[in-house]
Amino acid sequence: MSETNGNSKGKLHGLWALTNRELKKWYKAPVIFLLSIIQPILWMGLLGKAMNIGALVPTNIPGVDPATILKGTLGTSDYFSFMAVGMIAFTALFTTMFSGMSVVWDRRLGFLNKALSTPVSRAVIIFSKVLSATLRSMFQAGIIIVIAMAFGLQFGANFTPLNVLGVFAIMFLVCVGLSSIFIAITIRSTRIETPMAVVNLINLPLMFASNAFFPTKFMPDWLQTIAKVNPLTYTTDAVRQLLIFSTDWTQLAFDFAYVAIFATIAATIGIVLSWRFLSK
Amino acid sequence: MVSEGVIEAKGLTKIFNKHLTAVDHVNFSVRNGEIFGFLGPNGAGKTTTINMLITILKPTEGTASVFGNDIVKQASQVRNVIGVVPQEYTADEDLTGVENILLCADLYGIPREISKKRALELLELVELTTFKDSKVATYSGGMRRRLELACGLINRPRILFLDEPTLGLDVQTRTATWNYIKLLKKNFGMTLFMTTHYLEEADALCDRVAIIDHGKIVVVGPPEELKHSLGGDLINVAIKENEDVSELIQKVDRVKEVRKEDGTYRIKAELGEVTAPFIIEALRKKGYTVTKLSLTEPTLNEVYLEYTGKSMRDAEESREAFAAQRMTMRRARQ
Repeated sequence: MSETNGNSKGKLHGLWALTNRELKKWYKAPVIFLLSIIQPILWMGLLGKAMNIGALVPTNIPGVDPATILKGTLGTSDYFSFMAVGMIAFTALFTTMFSGMSVVWDRRLGFLNKALSTPVSRAVIIFSKVLSATLRSMFQAGIIIVIAMAFGLQFGANFTPLNVLGVFAIMFLVCVGLSSIFIAITIRSTRIETPMAVVNLINLPLMFASNAFFPTKFMPDWLQTIAKVNPLTYTTDAVRQLLIFSTDWTQLAFDFAYVAIFATIAATIGIVLSWRFLSK
Repeated sequence: MVSEGVIEAKGLTKIFNKHLTAVDHVNFSVRNGEIFGFLGPNGAGKTTTINMLITILKPTEGTASVFGNDIVKQASQVRNVIGVVPQEYTADEDLTGVENILLCADLYGIPREISKKRALELLELVELTTFKDSKVATYSGGMRRRLELACGLINRPRILFLDEPTLGLDVQTRTATWNYIKLLKKNFGMTLFMTTHYLEEADALCDRVAIIDHGKIVVVGPPEELKHSLGGDLINVAIKENEDVSELIQKVDRVKEVRKEDGTYRIKAELGEVTAPFIIEALRKKGYTVTKLSLTEPTLNEVYLEYTGKSMRDAEESREAFAAQRMTMRRARQ
């Protein structure tokens, strides 16, 4: 039983197995899968249609075209389109947040220790969490675009289906960054409550201190400062440039560069911190 | 490889948060093909020791080697040759039995064509073939334990680590689990390192036992030898008369020690079942009437008591409570 081992492996062996383990919990559970699709519908219906900011602009003043006013403030004449795109960044934030929770479960249930006693690399264990959250978010971004189209998303003038690939690319970057941070925060806790509290504390402010639902230029100065460093602002802007604005390529390149730098730094810090914790 | 010393621990120490010494300079060596047991109550340092040996905790001081590989410097070589069956049920409840084994196989980088075959063999071994495609959420405690065992064997380890293999199992399932463990040793010549706080378990399974208390090994040896070293069996005798007959009993052959406690004579003697009739005979000859007699063969509890000054059984209750709490946790997750 002991002589032949027959194990052949590269540095990244086990990455897909661990990632797929996470994903299976999602796509093999019809209820959870369905909810993750219904959730954006609800949000878009509530925020985008019920709170239609576009309707606040009066239509009966002579000489004033509401569409022009909206275009000046939001960059598009349709608030729903503006907000639906914001939903994509919102999804990135909330899906990655829960990737941190699954680390706590793995610790509590002993799976983490078990994985650590196998030859699988420590980095792979962490990266599988990052990757599964990222893939999930990207899938949900796709769903949101499809649902938003059904609700009447107005694409920008230069839109081509290829732009959707750009959306996936920026989602990949921001999710890698965000989930690395969340995992570094949660990996030290053995109780689910602590990371929940931390994550709740930072998530909503992070969400609203961005341009996801409201243009930053109307925010007070201090909030604008936060929004300006918030990677979600650049993610949302990139998605808007790609989908609903008439694409400003310089701005888009800047958005991508910013989010890519954020992702690199966050992933490095996150993985180094988690790694150090795992090899204590 | 030398036949002796599959595991060699030298001054192995783990101190948590700079002051909590969980494992305190332990030295031991595990021989090839034996079942070596760590016996001790909750918090004695058993799991910490196992966690260092399976490379998930770094020792604060000292070192150990597994098949000649250092557990810190050559951790990845160690991980390749060991199998681990943790205390917890780590199998994923949302996956089926066979999916769980294949997941373990992937962590070892075993190619699919090999792992599929092995998974089926192992499921056969632990008698889970019928349930292989059922979700683990539907498994009983004993089935889960067996699945963990199968997972721990997927890389064909040369040594298997079992942390409290029967914690929280009922008596029947426990005995069944013992049989699987014996089978591994007998059929595959595997070396097993296990921790337990069940005295009967250490007695029934282990070739050699290390009794651990407050992070220190107090004594190591085969269970029989340890029990024997206590000086034989214990005979309790009570007589009707109100006289001290200690000296009379002392004169009987093979009697080593007599103590009188509350009208009962506690007698240490070799071969208790042979000696007891002689004691009765000696007393009767002098006209005394024996009213009570009991014979106890020493258990590991007496050994434990002898070396640590306290009974092991006290520690068990807290452990059971812990197991119950974990079951609740599991349910909470669903």
